Amino acid sequence: MSNQTAMRESRVSRTAVMALMFLLAIYFLLPIYFLIVAATKPQGDLASTFGLAFSHFDLFKNLGTLFSRSDGIFGRWALNSVIYAVLGAAVGTLISALCGYALAKFKFRGREFLFSVILGGVLVPTTALALPLFLLFSATGIVNTYLAVFLPSIVSPFGVYLARIFTAAAVPEEILESARLDGAGEFRTFFSVALKLLTPSLVTIFLFQFVGIWNNFFLPMVMLQKESLFPITLGLYEWNGQTARVSLLQESVITGALVSIVPVIIVFILLQRFWRTGLASGSIK
Amino acid sequence: MTDIATRGTRVVATTGGRSRHNGGGPRAGTIAAFLIPFFLPFVLFYLVPIAYAIGQSFLVVRRTGGQYGTSYTTFGGFDQYVQVFQNTEFWSSIGRIGLFGIVQVPVMLFVALIMALLLDTPLLKLKAFFRIAAFMPYAVPGVIAAIMWSFLYSPQLSPVVDLLKAIGLQPDFLGPGAVLWSAANVSTWLWTGYNMLIMFSALQAIPQELYEAAKLDGASNWAIAWKIKVPIIAPSIILTTVFSIIGTLQLYAEPAVLRQISSNISSTFTPNMLAYAVASGNNYQQAAAISVVIAVITFVLSFGFMRLTSKRAGL
Repeated sequence: MSNQTAMRESRVSRTAVMALMFLLAIYFLLPIYFLIVAATKPQGDLASTFGLAFSHFDLFKNLGTLFSRSDGIFGRWALNSVIYAVLGAAVGTLISALCGYALAKFKFRGREFLFSVILGGVLVPTTALALPLFLLFSATGIVNTYLAVFLPSIVSPFGVYLARIFTAAAVPEEILESARLDGAGEFRTFFSVALKLLTPSLVTIFLFQFVGIWNNFFLPMVMLQKESLFPITLGLYEWNGQTARVSLLQESVITGALVSIVPVIIVFILLQRFWRTGLASGSIK
Repeated sequence: MTDIATRGTRVVATTGGRSRHNGGGPRAGTIAAFLIPFFLPFVLFYLVPIAYAIGQSFLVVRRTGGQYGTSYTTFGGFDQYVQVFQNTEFWSSIGRIGLFGIVQVPVMLFVALIMALLLDTPLLKLKAFFRIAAFMPYAVPGVIAAIMWSFLYSPQLSPVVDLLKAIGLQPDFLGPGAVLWSAANVSTWLWTGYNMLIMFSALQAIPQELYEAAKLDGASNWAIAWKIKVPIIAPSIILTTVFSIIGTLQLYAEPAVLRQISSNISSTFTPNMLAYAVASGNNYQQAAAISVVIAVITFVLSFGFMRLTSKRAGL
């Protein structure tokens, strides 16, 4: 009988747990669902129809308006975001891997000191650096150029930290030794042997840095005045501030927001396992 | 952590040493070539700005011969810092962000912990769906998230406002009392899933055998969760707390977006917004001093919290 009670109890708690999780899932998905619905509506229906129900399906017209507004500036912003994030994360991953590999595999004086400086860097928020960087860059004249956003973005202390842990775990000393005995130099050993073993880890490092740059707002806002250099985040922020004055701009902000998050969400779902590797090593800290 | 990081670095005895010079690993030049591509930009874009900001914060702009004289920059000691601490706007921004952090961080981390624990029990189905749903907001930039939520707060557009009105409520998400919590909600929405995944990854790493003895003794899932799992993943919970404290003190994008639709957010709502507003007024030395103070507070709070909790948890 006690067994039966236990089973009933577990059925009750099962239902309660599922109900709670569904409520939370609704909370997380509701804004995205709202955005999808709103992006398909004509501007006039935004205020006059219920926000969670579809009305006229105007998605393609909205997309047309979005990409043709101000001589196609939105496409330019999207391209800029891709340049900053893809190129920045690619360069950043490579230099993080080189450094993390050296910290894991070479023995030299001051190694632990350098590593603690990098760990300190993990705790320095990038927003705290943006204003001093602006002051510094204004003195050197690279404010308001691609480089002003790109250069600071390639530095990721967290990437070096991950690279060191991953190298220690995934690159056995014996393999490096045998490559060296075959006469390969350190760089050849790194590029032909270690990089292959590290590929999954490098994807993880790349993803973290990509999202960091893609989501960055404060740095470009501080650095850039020229609209043609904006990433999507800054561009949509500017538009959002003008919706009261420019007609139909609100619909473009909504459609633009949707266009900017869909590719990243797809990449996220496809590459899920790489996130978990990274977050699991983050928690070792 | 050092343990894990250095495990692979033990030097394997070199066999023969034919291709090696003195058997001690690569030359200094080679090591430098691996390190410099990272360290050069790290020094230039991390360390130099920090040093520069500190330097600037000790300067003042003075004028010769009254208001219309030429201005010159000179060493001012702690003048800029005195100004920061006498600035009432600075203190109210700190107070706001303190209130925000004291409420938002525990609520968010509690929800994240509950979700992580539930995802780790056999009670739940559709685990992959729940995990992805919670993590998805992490893919959304803070600005875009704030724009999305600002539509859900807006009295004209929001279906949420419509629904609440239908049951007789009069919500005002952008009112003077509510707008801070509306901003807090955006942060919670963005970061709960990320924190949940950190905790969940730590839970997954616990060997199952640890629970078996407890289960044989008849411990409930509830007891196992709170008495065994939570203490084991305490380091992850501390880590997420520290990251959340840092994030809170840096808050900018979310309130800046809400400011576009609500007059109840001033241009100095958060410490970072204040620093930016001061810098926009060309008072760079004062902005540098504010940035340094924010950084010091961040550092003291995050390290203080780590110290405190790791002693308590006996880590």
